[in-house]
Amino acid sequence: MDQIIGNIDLLIQFPIVNLKIILDGVMIGALFALAAYGLALVWGVMNVKNLAQGDFVIGGGYVSWWLANNVGLHPLLGVPIAFVVMWGIGWVTYKLVISRVIERDLFTSLLATFGLAIMYAQLMNLMFGSDTQSLVLDVTALGLENNYYFADGLIDLPAAKIIGVALAAILATCVILFMKRSRMGQAIRATAQDARAARVMGIDTEKVYAFTFSLNSAICGAAGAIIVMVWVIQPFYGITYSVRAFVIVTAAGLGNLPGVIAAGLGIGAAEQYGSHVFGIGYQQAIAVMLLLAVLVYRLLQQKRNRQVLQ
Amino acid sequence: MNIQKIGFYGILLAITIAAPFLFPNYTTQLATLWLFIIVSMTWDMTGGQMGYNSLGNIFFYGTGMYVAAVIAIGLVYDVGEYTGASGGGRYDFTNEQYIIGFVLGSLGAGLFCAFSAFILGYVLFGLRGPYFAIGTLGTAIAAGELVSNWDWVGGGQGITLPVYGGDFDQTKLFIYFAFAITGVVLFIFLNWLYKTRFGAAMNAIRDDEEKAEAMGIHTMRYKLVAWAMSAFFIGVVGGISAFQLISFEPLESAYQTINLGIFMVVCVLLGGKGTLWGPIIGAIAFQVFKEVTWNYFLGWQWVALGALIVVTVVYFQDGLMGWLKHTKPEWFGLTVDEKESETRATSKAEAAAR
Repeated sequence: MDQIIGNIDLLIQFPIVNLKIILDGVMIGALFALAAYGLALVWGVMNVKNLAQGDFVIGGGYVSWWLANNVGLHPLLGVPIAFVVMWGIGWVTYKLVISRVIERDLFTSLLATFGLAIMYAQLMNLMFGSDTQSLVLDVTALGLENNYYFADGLIDLPAAKIIGVALAAILATCVILFMKRSRMGQAIRATAQDARAARVMGIDTEKVYAFTFSLNSAICGAAGAIIVMVWVIQPFYGITYSVRAFVIVTAAGLGNLPGVIAAGLGIGAAEQYGSHVFGIGYQQAIAVMLLLAVLVYRLLQQKRNRQVLQ
Repeated sequence: MNIQKIGFYGILLAITIAAPFLFPNYTTQLATLWLFIIVSMTWDMTGGQMGYNSLGNIFFYGTGMYVAAVIAIGLVYDVGEYTGASGGGRYDFTNEQYIIGFVLGSLGAGLFCAFSAFILGYVLFGLRGPYFAIGTLGTAIAAGELVSNWDWVGGGQGITLPVYGGDFDQTKLFIYFAFAITGVVLFIFLNWLYKTRFGAAMNAIRDDEEKAEAMGIHTMRYKLVAWAMSAFFIGVVGGISAFQLISFEPLESAYQTINLGIFMVVCVLLGGKGTLWGPIIGAIAFQVFKEVTWNYFLGWQWVALGALIVVTVVYFQDGLMGWLKHTKPEWFGLTVDEKESETRATSKAEAAAR
């Protein structure tokens, strides 16, 4: 208890620490928002709740990590390659499993993707070992410094984090433009609105589903390739990203892009605050507790419209 | 009850009692098999019979473990001191203290879990469909994380329970029969429950909750009581497991969300949802598969299990009982109208042609 009060006291005495926590939170939140956007896409278009979301993220991270260590590829180039590789893996997953659960009840997709999550995590464990891994992004060659300091050195901002957030923003913008402007994007949105009507209009919904799922997997993969430069990855970290993606999508609702971004950034900041105040051991617990809080809040919201026997 | 049925149950009971003596090297595995059967049957109470697919029933298992351990230790020593020594200090238990702790601990764990099911259910049962699954899963994960930060019960290191002073093989037999008796009691209880009005109400909630409500069934009460009953039994076996494992920690053995938490669902799906025998058959099939992969595909066992989950869920969701019901309806006392089955066959053929 004393420790918690002491931690809060620190926040009040040095307001600049708040800024550091918020900055950290917003940066990690931007990557959560990417994974959550993919989840919302799949959830909205084909009504599949993908619990293997986080494992796609970690998978993308390992693609970049493996290439950097074995081929000597620059970590920044790992991002597009992870995008492409995870696209392929997403497509195979779709064809083998997901395409057969679309028409089924929601619990089926939840459980099937849970099985997939266990499988992927174990495969990565067997292939890359269970140690935590990360990549060092050296940007001095590009004429930048590796670390920037503000406020008399109280706030340090690694260039890797800035570049990571910038890449995430670029990726998100590209995906949004693609969804708004391109023919395929239109087809995806039409299928999300009404799959039957879309089929009547001559849209090959099967192709749209496959494309959507692959796109989701690819977005997650690119996010993972950014995460490996900024934080660490480990085969079993996937579930935490899945949980966070669920928190964000449940809080923001489907098809609400500004909501997803705001919720992503907010959850990143809330988590950083929580782990600062309560201690780093509670970081996971806070993410899950937020999910429960959001679910209960939405429940209370809907309770007003529902009249049951008491 | 006719003579055939009595004979059938008699043989099963005889096998149950004889098994640990016939295969003394496999007593622990047989005890685990009972654990799987019990948790699958309890999962089926809400999942199969009532239509509420919980992914977080493991919460009661982990909580049961901790409650049983705290009761057993708390009867003799100060819990904080005991866990503070983390198995290092000298804390002896007489055999009498061990047995009393075991019985009171397991029953207390059951009661505590039933009580917590009431409280949790009050919040979570408002959630429908997949949200209920996610909500319960979140509860289980959060509980594991919180307990692993709680120093009074040993934090991330967990608790090391006292061991029985007597013979080691004797302890194993004792644990086996504790599981087996719980399982038999649960089976008799469920066999009776599913035939009562209460069982019918549970099925009504599964089939159409709104209509059940309109028919005057207090759905919330039924849901709470059903979940509390299943939580009681999970809590009891959780408590027994704590004494079986002796040493356990929160994330991997108590609140093992991705192991037992998901296995119980797969067992039920494998055997057949919403049937009395389905979970039992599924649990046996799953346990055999698990042991075989553990022995022969070491390192790949988890991949094999993940694949089993995916295949079961995607291709074989009716389970063995569902498949049997489809192929041999007369075994279940179902008569199939020849005409109806013909029309169904033709409509199926038409659907296939389309």
